[in-house]
Amino acid sequence: MNNIIVFPMILPVLTAILLVFFRKHIILQRWISVLVMTANIVVSIVILLRVQAEGILRLDFGGWEPPFGILFVADSFSMLLVVTTNIVTVACLIYAMFSVGKEYEYMFFYSFVLFLVGGVNASFLTGDLFNLFVSFEVMLLSSYALIAFGGKKIQLKKSIPYIAINVVSSWIFLVAIAYLYGTLGTLNLAHLSQLIAENGQTPLVTVISILFLIVFGLKSGLLLYQWLPASYSAPPTAIAALFGALLTKVGIYAMFRMFTLLFYHEPQITHTLIGVMAALTLIGGSIGAIASNDLRYIVSYNVVIAVGFIFVGLAIGTQVAFEGSIYYIIHDMIVKALLFLIAGTMITLSGSPKMNRMSGLIRNYPILGWLFFVVMLALAGIPPLSGFIGKVLLGQAAIETGAYVLLALSFISALFVLYSLLRVFMDCFWGETMLSEEEEPPLRKGILFPLIMLGVLTFALGLAPESIASFVIDASDTLMNPSIYIDAIFQK
Amino acid sequence: METLMIILSGVLVTVATYLILSKNAIRIILGTALLTHASHLLLMTMGGFGGTNVPIIGETGTDYVDPIPQALILTSIVISFGVTSFFLVLTYRTYEELGSDDMYVLRGRRNE
Repeated sequence: MNNIIVFPMILPVLTAILLVFFRKHIILQRWISVLVMTANIVVSIVILLRVQAEGILRLDFGGWEPPFGILFVADSFSMLLVVTTNIVTVACLIYAMFSVGKEYEYMFFYSFVLFLVGGVNASFLTGDLFNLFVSFEVMLLSSYALIAFGGKKIQLKKSIPYIAINVVSSWIFLVAIAYLYGTLGTLNLAHLSQLIAENGQTPLVTVISILFLIVFGLKSGLLLYQWLPASYSAPPTAIAALFGALLTKVGIYAMFRMFTLLFYHEPQITHTLIGVMAALTLIGGSIGAIASNDLRYIVSYNVVIAVGFIFVGLAIGTQVAFEGSIYYIIHDMIVKALLFLIAGTMITLSGSPKMNRMSGLIRNYPILGWLFFVVMLALAGIPPLSGFIGKVLLGQAAIETGAYVLLALSFISALFVLYSLLRVFMDCFWGETMLSEEEEPPLRKGILFPLIMLGVLTFALGLAPESIASFVIDASDTLMNPSIYIDAIFQK
Repeated sequence: METLMIILSGVLVTVATYLILSKNAIRIILGTALLTHASHLLLMTMGGFGGTNVPIIGETGTDYVDPIPQALILTSIVISFGVTSFFLVLTYRTYEELGSDDMYVLRGRRNE
């Protein structure tokens, strides 16, 4: 039975509903949510291993066989992302337990986080275009609630544009779905792929694909990232870390799915466009990251740079490039969560997001300082850490296909990442400490634990990329050859 | 029929765009609500207007309307209802806290 595929989505959603009834019991809420997400990690690893052993799994809801019903599909690409999502969520939940405060926890904080994760996992797993839209909405609606969570003035201010831009992009999504349905008469991804391959990718379909490009560009922050830094800098640390690690990645996943499974016949139009957009994203993100004095904006622009970098892989479009992108997505989810958590901790400790109000933090908080150093090296792609393997593979693919402009931009942007974070490291961690020993707020062990956990993961991923290599190769294989996906869907 | 529907949905999009580009938060919300309605009409048109019977197999023959767009529209209406109501409450709360629903006032300084 393939019913296990539904667990990564249904476990968080059901737990979230359950937790609504335990509003007063905060300890219970904390432990249930962490336990459920830990169980979710185990379940998703089991699914990943099964996919490895048996090929792509699918679950037809209500027994309606494709292309008629809605279905969940688990292939290596989606399961790798689901596993990483669950790991990052556990880290953020543990961090939240020690940092968000009771007044937040009373207001269904854990329920909203679990709904968000349920939506994210459903987006990764679904094999139906409209179901993808619904999963996006589940995720976005929880993110609307979380971004305004606590109702501070700055959060309220930033949440209105965030919601408005997302409603408009969801509208474009719906319009694109309507056009695609009107043109091809189906919404099942595998069936769509088959029909487009049979009938050829007509100019009409290409235009629709550009609509999807705009939608997922908005969601993932590819070129249309202007809303991102302001929104991600408003909510509390644990929430910002979840957003930075997960939300843009869902857009990236959807874009990869659409442009490798459906719209891969006209790469000179669509993939060139993606390449140009990725290049501009890299440039814009780099400028943003070094322009700001506000720590929250610096880390948010780092998200933008990573998005540009990952899409370079899609624009190049060879198997090696896909492998590099997949490695880099996994790396980026872990390290961005860590970066946001560290930055948020620094802001809490020094009481201001401005870099010129922080100094000498490493004297009082050595572990925090070294963790930041590790994150910086990982994001820049220094060898023993997790960013390295993705960059090498992407670089190799870019040289093989002669995409030298993208190659140059993506590696120069790594220097900008390094520079922007090195500036933070030198300004905030080095220098004279501004607080005396008595004044310094204590750093609780519970806050350090998730940080160290993610730090160890980036080392592990960097030292032993072979441990996930077989999954990544399988995932990129499926992306390269849509027939594998289609055959898995239509076999009895 | 198709032409009429497309024109209607175009008019709705025009009005919605005008509303969204204004600086009053309530108008923006009304704009997003109208925008979703326009896309519902589009979905319905995309399903085609063929068929004369309800889509129940075996009861009314084979000449039935396409049920998928209706299912999609229903789902989308529910989602749009949820988002719009949340958006309205949030804007009201913002109005209470900050005393304004003018986006230019709400924008504030960038690095706050």
